[in-house]
Order: sequence, then structure tokens, then C-alpha cells
Amino acid sequence: MGILEVKGVNKRFGGLQALGDVNLSVQERSVHAIIGPNGAGKSTLLNCLVGKLIPDTGSVMFDGNSVLGRKPHEINQMGISRVFQTPEIFADLSVMENVLIPCFAKRDGSFRLHAFETVANEGELNDEAEKMLADVSMLEKRHMLASSLSRGDKRRLEMAMCLVQRPKLLLLDEPTAGMARADTNNTIDLLKEINDRRDITMCIIEHDMHVVFSLAQRITVLAQGTPLVEDTPDNIKGHPKVREAYLGEAH
Amino acid sequence: MFGLSKKDTTFLLIVCFLTLATPILLQPFPEGSAGATFNAGYPDLMQRFAIFGIFAIGFNILFGLTGYLSFGHAAFLGVGSYSVVWMYKLLDYNVIPGLLLAIVTSAIFALAIGYVSLRRTGIYFSILTLAFAQMSFNLAYSVLTPLTNGETGLQVYTDDPQILMGENSPTSPHLFGLVMRDSVQIDIGGWLFTFNIGYYFCAVIAILAFYLSLRIFRSPFGMMLRAIKTNQTRLNYTGLNSRPYTLAAFVISGMYAGLAGGLMAAMDPLAGAERMQWTASGEVVLMTILGGAGTLMGPILGAGFIKYFENIFSKINDNMLHQWFGWMPDGMEDALIFISHFFVGKSWHLTLGLLFMLVVIFLPGGLVEGGQRIARWVRGRRKKGSGDDPEHHPKPAPHVAE
Repeated sequence: MGILEVKGVNKRFGGLQALGDVNLSVQERSVHAIIGPNGAGKSTLLNCLVGKLIPDTGSVMFDGNSVLGRKPHEINQMGISRVFQTPEIFADLSVMENVLIPCFAKRDGSFRLHAFETVANEGELNDEAEKMLADVSMLEKRHMLASSLSRGDKRRLEMAMCLVQRPKLLLLDEPTAGMARADTNNTIDLLKEINDRRDITMCIIEHDMHVVFSLAQRITVLAQGTPLVEDTPDNIKGHPKVREAYLGEAH
Repeated sequence: MFGLSKKDTTFLLIVCFLTLATPILLQPFPEGSAGATFNAGYPDLMQRFAIFGIFAIGFNILFGLTGYLSFGHAAFLGVGSYSVVWMYKLLDYNVIPGLLLAIVTSAIFALAIGYVSLRRTGIYFSILTLAFAQMSFNLAYSVLTPLTNGETGLQVYTDDPQILMGENSPTSPHLFGLVMRDSVQIDIGGWLFTFNIGYYFCAVIAILAFYLSLRIFRSPFGMMLRAIKTNQTRLNYTGLNSRPYTLAAFVISGMYAGLAGGLMAAMDPLAGAERMQWTASGEVVLMTILGGAGTLMGPILGAGFIKYFENIFSKINDNMLHQWFGWMPDGMEDALIFISHFFVGKSWHLTLGLLFMLVVIFLPGGLVEGGQRIARWVRGRRKKGSGDDPEHHPKPAPHVAE
């Protein structure tokens, strides 16, 4: 039994069958990659996991509880964090505040009227946030406005915001899209380290096969909304069906 | 001190000093001199500075921090005024029960209006609040006449119960015997200073209101509100529910507005429906943007600025212009007076409009940004390359539309 169990999920947008009978099982502490050509339904599947979309049929169980019908903030409180394709950060806030907000969310839940406390007096949370920033080597940038960061730093900041909550499952939507090779390798190292040291299960959507094969222990290939195969990286590499899906039958 | 950092404590003390010394600071010109028109140190105007300051500070907690632009805050102003006058009618002229009731009733109104309006964001939220405010205005103006006395406005009549009224009780608003309209006038070498009880009452409440908003700005709650303004998607995926946060901000700012409306009736025991009109809601938006939305001092500056223009520039007439420009050659004098005529007296709105345009175009962060730029320029000349502390200056809102 995996930490995330997706069973028979269907999602239809008008006449388009975006997801057709998707089954997926993500094992605890593993890195599970979902790959597939453009329009295969990878992002739709991810949106079904975090509460942005509700599947037409099927079930999504996380850690023994159903996530269906829950709001994004409730799903996050269950222990799922999400990294977006284009970094979603609080651009008008300082880097430090960006990391402090998830700390407060983790400690105080989805709402608390703490209008008479002072952010600066929360020593424990400030330490935790600073330690996290040090881990992604951004400590010296903590007073900078998040909007003034470089693209790579924004990604690292978003990652730090997710990791500081110590999620049980981290969902990553193309974490290396548009990155230079050197940055991509740094990200791979960072993700490996996160998986090894912090015991965080990861589910990753990626186009870059280099990233997928360096990180994943299991790979699911999606094509036209349906999973083609689920296997280890070595078996996926030479799989004829995968070739077919990516290149088309004609080739 | 007071749970504030050293820098904020200094800031608060400066604000306290400026507020308490207002009757002196706003009388820079001696009585009878040509500049005396520009003196603003008379009780009526100073009370308005403080009251609209409170209104704008509260509005800024909603608009400045969360970015939700409410066009209906005047409704709470009216609710506050009516509450206070009703307490006069039922109990006596002591302002305390009325002000407490004003805060409670405006909170209930804000909870109801906010609960519905906050289901939408952006322009739809603004339109919903505007609609609610206009509904409140029409209710007060015609439908609920028994409660509001309609067009005439609510006031105290001799046959009202006033059950706490004793033999010697004051017959105008007072705080446990301290009558609001009483003043002490001190004449020092041509300068006339008026220290009014009503003003000081408003001033103390305004300082408390400012202190409260300072605490909210520095609190985790305030940080969440600013996060809502920047990126609500990220906030939701970070495990925070934005709805109760925005609703809390809406109710708090509604309570500030109710308090301000109550104070209006505490200075002058009347309440009329016109206080709820949409122009009054628009005014507080102007004040906040002119001063600098999302900054601590901005709304107060904006409120002071607009009220000063409204009361001082509108007083300037052609006779005064003739006096000022009398020394010029005739043709030039007439031409100058002809031009200035459009900007003073009844046309003071034109000056305000131009000023507002200039601020929005060149100083999107409002007057506060202007002040910061001057300070940076001065500091830059003295010492090159001193960094600004971003933690203590939350980045001001770039534009009204955002």
C-alpha cells in the first residue's frame, strides 16, 4: 500500500477525455516520476491530487484518507506540498517572510487571528526559517524582496517554502523547466539530498529524461490520459510502448 | 516598549508628539497676518483630521494590506453615527456607551456585508461593497425613517427618554462631565492657540488606533494579509485559508470606520444619511492612495491633506487673491487671479484632482514614497550607498488598479 493511491480516476473537459482510468501508487520515501508527451494529462493529474480539480470518477487516497472534495489548503495541512512550473512565491514580501509564512501555517493551522503577536518575537520559527534558508544557501539574501531574485533563486525559494513544512509528499511540476544544464544538475543534487536526508516522498512531473533517470525509482508513462506502463527506469528506457508514445507509430 | 521594536517605539512616540502638539503646529502664522488663512489649528478642523485619520487607518488595514478595494466603507461610518445618537436619546450625552455600541454594530454590519462580498475578488468585490453601501444609504434615507429620521437626520429632542440624564448633566456630548466643545484659548504674542477637549479626546483614540494598526502590521496576521495581496494561490497551497483572514481584516476596518463615525456624532450630536453616500466611501479611498496605501503613515497624511484642502483652499476668495497679488502690475495681476480662480474657493476639487493625478503618476507609493525619496536623496548626498531596511517598510502598493 503506497502513501498515495490513485484508483480509476477519470476527468473529462467537454469532449476531451483528459484522464482515462488512471491508477497510480506512490510508495513511501520513493521518488516517482510521471512522464509523457505534451497533452498526456500530467498536469491534470497533479491538479486532481492537490484539490484544484475534482475527478469525475475514481478515488485519490493519501495516507489512508481521501483528498477528493477537499480544498487546497486542507490538502496541504494533510501533508502534501506542491512546487509549481513557474515559481509561485510572495513576490512583494521579503525572502525571510516567504519562508516564515509556511512555518506559521504548519504551527497554527489554516487560520488563526494572531493580530497581537509580533513576527520578530517568534524566535523558534525564525530560527527554523533561517536554517531552511541556509540549507538552500540563500541565508544572505533573507532581507531581499522576493521579486528581485533571479529565476533560479525563486525556484529554490519555493522549494524551501515547501520543505520547511516537512511535508509527507512533495509534488513537483517540471522543477527544471527552462534551466541551464548546470542549474539542472544542482537541482537534481538538491532533490536527491531532500529524498535521502529528509525522507520526503516525491512525485515529479518532468520532460527532461536526464532528470527523470537520475532521480526516479519508479516511472509512470502517461499517454493521452491513460497510463501506458509503470516500471523501473531501466525497464522504461528500452520499452517499445514508450518509444511509440513519444515518437508515434509512423517512425 | 509596548511590544514594539526600538525603531517602532520611536515612530510611535513621534506620532504621539505630532498629534498632541497639533493645536500649536497648525498655527504657524500670527492672528491677523496675511498667512492666517492657512492656519488650521481650530477645533472643528483638527477634530476632522483625527477622525478621518482613524477612518483611513482602518481602511488601510483592508485595502493597504490585502488589496481588497472596498467602495462601501461609508456605510459603517453612518452606522457608527446613528448608534451614538441613539445612545444620547436613550441614556444621556455621555459618549462612551454610544462609541462602544458604534463599534459593535459596525462590526455586525461588516461581518454580514463582508461575508457576502468577499466571495468575489477584484472589481466584483468593489461593486458588491458599493451596492451594499448604497442600499444602506437608501435604507437610512427613506425606508428606515423611524430609526434614522430620514432626510432630516437623527438628533436629540427634548421629549427623548434620556434615562440617565440628571439635574446637572451637560446638555451636549461629554466624557464623564468633560464637555467636548469646551476649549482653552491661549494668546501668546499674537498667536492664538486653541486646546479643545473634543480634539484631545479624538487624538487619544487616534493614537490608540494607530498603535493597534502598528501591532497588526508587525503581527503574523498582518504578514498573512500582505501575502494575500501578493499571491493568494501560493497562500492556499501553503495550507492557509484566505477567506477568514480577509473577513477578519474587513471586520476590523469596519470597526475602525464605525468608531470614526461614532466620533463624528460625539463632536456634533447629529447623524444624517449623507454620511453613508458613495462619495464618502470614495473619499477614504482617495485619502489612502494619496498618502500611500499599505504604509503606516500614508493614510493619516492623506486624510490630513484632503481635509486641509477641503477646509482651507475652499475658503480662499477673490478678495484674498487681490490682496496677495496686489503688488504686481495690473494686467499680470488680473491674469494670475483669473487662473488661480479655477483652483481655489469652490473649485478646490480641481487642485485636489490635479494633485491626485500627479501623485498616482509620479509617486505610486503616495506621499510617503515622496518623503522616502527625499530622505534617501538627502542621505545619499551625505553618505553614499546606505541600504534601506526592507523589513520596516513594507513595499507600498504600486497602483490603485493592482
